[in-house]
Amino acid sequence: MPDVTKTATAVEDAVALPADVTAPAKQEKARSLWGDAWVDLRRNPYFLVASVLIFFLLLIAVFPSVFTSASPTKGDLVKHFLGKPELGAIGSEGWLGYDGQGRSVYARLIYGTRASIIVGVTVTAIVTLVGGVMGMLAGYFGGWIDALLSRLTDIFFGIPFLLGAMVVLQSFVERTVWVVVFALAFLGWTQMARVMRGAVITVKQADYVHAAKALGAGTTRILFRHILPNAMAPVIVVATIALGGYISAEATLSYLGLGLAAPTVSWGVDISTGVDQIRVAQHILLWPSIMLSITVLAFIMLGEAVRNALDPKLR
Amino acid sequence: MGRYVARRLLQMIPVFLGTTLLIFLMVYSLPGDPVAGMFGDKGADPATLAKIRHDLGLDLPLWQQYWNYMTDIILHFDFGNQIRNGRPITEVLGEAFPVTLQLAALAFAFELVFGIGLGIIAGLKAGRLADNAILIFTLLIISIPVFVLGFIIKMVFAFELGWIEPNVSNDQLVSEMIAPAIVLGGLSLAYVARLTRTSMAENLRADYMRTAVAKGLPRRRVIGVHLMRNSMIPVVTFLGTDIGALMGGAVVTERIFNIKGVGGLIAESITRREGSTLVGLVTILVIIYLVTSLLIDLLYAVLDPRIRYA
Amino acid sequence: MTIIDNTATVPSPRDGSGHNGPLLEVRDLHVEFHTRDGVAKAVNGVNYSVNAGETLAVLGESGSGKSVTAQAIMGILDMPPGKIPQGEILFRGQDMLKMSDEERRKVRGRKIAMIFQDALSSLNPVLSVGYQLGEMFRVHQGLSKKDAKVKAIELMDKVKIPAAAARVSDYPHQFSGGMRQRIMIAMALALEPDLIIADEPTTALDVTVQAQVMDLLAELQQEYNMGLILITHDLGVVADVADKIAVMYAGRIVEQAPVHELYGRPAHPYTRGLLDSIPRLDQKGQELYAIKGLPPNLLRVPTGCAFNPRCPKADDICRTEIPALAPVTEQNGADLPGRKSACHFWKETIHG
Repeated sequence: MPDVTKTATAVEDAVALPADVTAPAKQEKARSLWGDAWVDLRRNPYFLVASVLIFFLLLIAVFPSVFTSASPTKGDLVKHFLGKPELGAIGSEGWLGYDGQGRSVYARLIYGTRASIIVGVTVTAIVTLVGGVMGMLAGYFGGWIDALLSRLTDIFFGIPFLLGAMVVLQSFVERTVWVVVFALAFLGWTQMARVMRGAVITVKQADYVHAAKALGAGTTRILFRHILPNAMAPVIVVATIALGGYISAEATLSYLGLGLAAPTVSWGVDISTGVDQIRVAQHILLWPSIMLSITVLAFIMLGEAVRNALDPKLR
Repeated sequence: MGRYVARRLLQMIPVFLGTTLLIFLMVYSLPGDPVAGMFGDKGADPATLAKIRHDLGLDLPLWQQYWNYMTDIILHFDFGNQIRNGRPITEVLGEAFPVTLQLAALAFAFELVFGIGLGIIAGLKAGRLADNAILIFTLLIISIPVFVLGFIIKMVFAFELGWIEPNVSNDQLVSEMIAPAIVLGGLSLAYVARLTRTSMAENLRADYMRTAVAKGLPRRRVIGVHLMRNSMIPVVTFLGTDIGALMGGAVVTERIFNIKGVGGLIAESITRREGSTLVGLVTILVIIYLVTSLLIDLLYAVLDPRIRYA
Repeated sequence: MTIIDNTATVPSPRDGSGHNGPLLEVRDLHVEFHTRDGVAKAVNGVNYSVNAGETLAVLGESGSGKSVTAQAIMGILDMPPGKIPQGEILFRGQDMLKMSDEERRKVRGRKIAMIFQDALSSLNPVLSVGYQLGEMFRVHQGLSKKDAKVKAIELMDKVKIPAAAARVSDYPHQFSGGMRQRIMIAMALALEPDLIIADEPTTALDVTVQAQVMDLLAELQQEYNMGLILITHDLGVVADVADKIAVMYAGRIVEQAPVHELYGRPAHPYTRGLLDSIPRLDQKGQELYAIKGLPPNLLRVPTGCAFNPRCPKADDICRTEIPALAPVTEQNGADLPGRKSACHFWKETIHG
């Protein structure tokens, strides 16, 4: 005996229904995965805090001169260390104190944002693109392509991330922002490839992909219209969280003496000088560390919020 | 099962060769000449340099150097000698690895106990105060870079409170290693706690949990047997891959606390262009990584029967 | 299968409490869920009862509240977000909603057991079926692991799983769908409970296997003289095994009747619609009837009779007044025992 209610609704779907009956129901149906996620995100305090923080960080990175009139590179040796922080005078040149060469710590903090943001954003973009393509090809085609690409991913994954980045950086004489980006992306793409491959394999088995194939859709169309949009969710989440990680890694490399170097203005550079002067003047290490942690926190919070919104199971 | 292990072992071979070749190529593309470095600023005449290079096999084509290097390792467990002082690299590694291993083991124990513990508390109290507190705590730990965390701990416990020595002595006492282990394991601890929490929260909603309750089982059995057996599977997987990661990531922690382990050796080898030492080091780390990931796969199959017979 | 009048008089042999009423009686049960979109009223005053050896079929679309009622009886509702603002669930005359958690737990599995729809997800994937069956004896009867395993094999034999002794250590995913559902049934039967609630026990199965599983369930029910609440949306399953039917819509019972009377003469337009939408061989070629519209949103149940937007008989009164579940009579006023309908126009529906 067939099940009546299912039959009834199936028939219903096929015939046109009076608009007044379906209108309220349609409204709810239209709440797709992304739409639903957006509703969820707007109510999530973590998301709101993270968005505001990231907005300001981007603003600072693009227009540093709006936030301070002081120069990050010109120092007045007279003020060296002794220029004690005047915490009350928020935003003034000396409110966070001066470093060993009498430069404004605040100005360096503001101008250093750009390097961190550029490294974070570019590495994430490259890694998502490269890893994403690799993962998509491996996951979709399977067989020997998967075997080959997966082993290639394993090979790059086998080298400890930080160690590999250190070796790469050491082989460059001049360590610019782009060199650091290259060093981080060189081994970083493997994570994205793995995530993408897993997501594509899951999506590939979905009925709507089989349906599209049965309807004669071409490989490119299936990949870009059906698989990619549905496999993107985990990739976006991992990419957002990883972005914070790359910013942190850039500073860590600077701390180890292998990251960006002066005259580049960056938090990492200041952190590495701050470490040497830890017993004399803690504030040189303190402020870039705080900025760094807040930035990483903002991206991780954003990623987490998106993850929770996209994964109804966690609600 | 046997076939599965065999296939995994076969897959490991190209990965092992590929990874070592990759690091070999990376290391030997480092600019600078270790042989010239031996003589410092004074320099030596070109004939002497050429002779030393020839003796060390550094004048051969790169692929041949790699071949010689790998056959020595595989056949004789010979990692070569350091260029600078001629010490066998096995000896150098033999000194550094136990120290890092001890540090990593302590960090691992720390993340295991506290990570899973916090995760269980958060998972069972999902959405409540304890859960949110743990969530924020782990979020902070993840956001603070390791070297900053290390310095905070050093500042507070060594300089301010005087509970610990700022630097680990050459004896590497276990008591001295506790603070570094906390710094090293902190990040993983946060991940383990979050993974445990997520996994538990997800499985709490599973149909079989409803069945377990409907069977009239006491709560501790529903949680302890039915929920835990399922929730721990992803956690165990993460913990397994983390052993190797802890050793590779010890560079920063060792620098902060001045521990003479693998991390220091890595930094030293990179600056002195000690290619063989560096490659040897990575080779061992790769072996550790490959072996642990194989073990994890097998453990996974033991924990999840659906994989076992797949 | 016996009909309702006979079964009602059969005393339960294991009823030691001296209670004379029905085995289970649900009185004016309300269940609501507090979601972020508002309060969803899933069950709005449900009344029904089951006697020992009797089968009550609860029929309805998804969202009608039939499963939620069952979960409330079982005490496995997620609370929060679920909440039971009023009502009573009497098991042998005792209100289970007033019991302590521990008392409640001891009833579950031992006195009232439940069979779930999807056996694959309802069985623990990482524990062997033998372990999961044996657990009932170990926890409720304190049996040793070894004895529990012997009992588990006996149970698997009882539900006709071939080579039970060899398969006792297998895991759920290694069984076929039908065999898995048999294991679920075995688990429910383990402690010979007084009442079994089967929530769509055959929905996930092939049609041929469905019949086997239902036959097995009916057979075992008779053997142990258990009460059975069969929750389903499949009218075909109901006809063969049930004694009486309760049709639910939007958290209320809209019609109650002995099974064959309901099929012959439905007294509610919703029931009629359900019956009319069954494809029949003698109507080949005609368009299949379908109830128009969609099941109501529980956050915004229509005023008056919840079925009014979809009802062909709907009138003004249907949009303003909630019809009570009232007895249905013959045209001449003679009693129709066990029959009730919640429709302003039940007379027209049953006699029209």
